[in-house]
Amino acid sequence: MTATAESSAPAGEIPAITVTLRILRTIPEGTEEHGPGESYWQEFTIEAHATDRVLDALHKIKWEQDGSLAFRRSCAHGVCGSDAMRINARNRLACKTLLKDLNPAKPIIVEPLKGLPVEKDLIVDMEPFFASYREIMPFLMPTGAVPERERLQSPADRQKFDDTTKCILCAACTTSCPVFWTDGQYFGPQAIVGAHRFIFDSRDEGQWERLEVLNDKAGVWKCRTAFNCTEACPRGIEVTKAISEVKKALTTGEF
Amino acid sequence: MTAPQLKEPRTPSGRSRNNAEKWSWVFMRVSGPILLVLIVTHLFVNLMTGDGISQIDFAFVAGKLAHPFWQWFDFTMLVLAMLHGFNGMRLLINDYARRPGSRKLLHSLLGTATLVVIVLGTLVLFTFDPCPAGADPDLLPTFCEDVA
Ligand code: HEM
Ligand code: SF4
Ligand code: FES
Repeated sequence: MTATAESSAPAGEIPAITVTLRILRTIPEGTEEHGPGESYWQEFTIEAHATDRVLDALHKIKWEQDGSLAFRRSCAHGVCGSDAMRINARNRLACKTLLKDLNPAKPIIVEPLKGLPVEKDLIVDMEPFFASYREIMPFLMPTGAVPERERLQSPADRQKFDDTTKCILCAACTTSCPVFWTDGQYFGPQAIVGAHRFIFDSRDEGQWERLEVLNDKAGVWKCRTAFNCTEACPRGIEVTKAISEVKKALTTGEF
Repeated sequence: MTAPQLKEPRTPSGRSRNNAEKWSWVFMRVSGPILLVLIVTHLFVNLMTGDGISQIDFAFVAGKLAHPFWQWFDFTMLVLAMLHGFNGMRLLINDYARRPGSRKLLHSLLGTATLVVIVLGTLVLFTFDPCPAGADPDLLPTFCEDVA
């Protein structure tokens, strides 16, 4: 089919809707009504389209109503993992969540990710999250001489860790985990996903180094199979399955 | 701002040495299904067979505990349930107790409670007298007449 300029059917106009966002705000230096670092709810009502994303709504608030509203975003297309937040009590990427999928008749509740220290409004300190990721040594650890050409791998071998290569480090999984909420020592699902990506890679030879890290007290055995992480992952990664495969590798030595 | 330092790859040291948490996890998976079988059998035998719920009285229990099979069945159920519950609560304490002091206190309370129940339970299971002297014969298991 070729697209033609004169194709006449008028595009159906998307009706504008009025939506309210209830945002959990935290201003470190405080405001006139709120002390420094105090968290409080603030409602904003905007005109938007049902096909707009929560990120568009946040932009609209920031650009037209309150420039002090702070949140992270970069790519705005679900690639960079900057804008994970808790929207209607579920962790999602604001740039991948359409207003129409959230029942815009009711206020949409937007909170920062749980379990990481809030810096300002929807921005949390990601350092503890990245620290866990660094712990599992997220780089190829081969032995032997450096080959002349790329390291080959069969499609079947690649398939074993295909799912976990999709991670964008958004932290939606780790901050949806009830074990991580109560015990910040826990590496969290993302670090295990990151480790899985190398443990099950036939080209990598650092499996036991990584498995040893995850066999730790704060490692993979803290997982209680709650499945929150799998539900939260905006990349559709089967996080709980990956964690179970790591447990299996540790109990049976199979990977 | 400097980039955070990545860990040096360690020299391969073979397998993990401290496998305590792994065995704790395996124990929960193994004891869980065994407990499921034991508990369902226990409930079925006590409540569904014979006269059902109305059969349970001193004589019924005494009759069961006079039999080595039920003594060992109940002993297994007691020990497994207590160790499984102990380990599960240990995990929860690890999650929720923040200060090392409160963690230690809760762990020792838990350990004491577990030990007391296992010891008392085992004592009852293996020293139980189904035919106490001087009791009303109507309340005792039928085999007490032969003993008397
Ligand atoms: C009926 C058969 C039972 C089955 C199949 C079963 C199975 C399990 C399994 C597989 C776990 C581990 C969950 C995980 O770490 O992901 C667990 C945890 C636990 N179980 Fe059981 N269990 C049974 C009976 C019991 C009994 C009788 C008790 C109490 C004495 C008990 C107390 C606990 C506790 C406290 C936990 C820890 C909960 C947690 O980690 O969040 N369970 N059970
Ligand atoms: S596994 Fe999914 S939810 Fe977790 S950090 Fe990666 S992309 Fe985000
Ligand atoms: S802004 Fe990049 S993932 Fe949403």
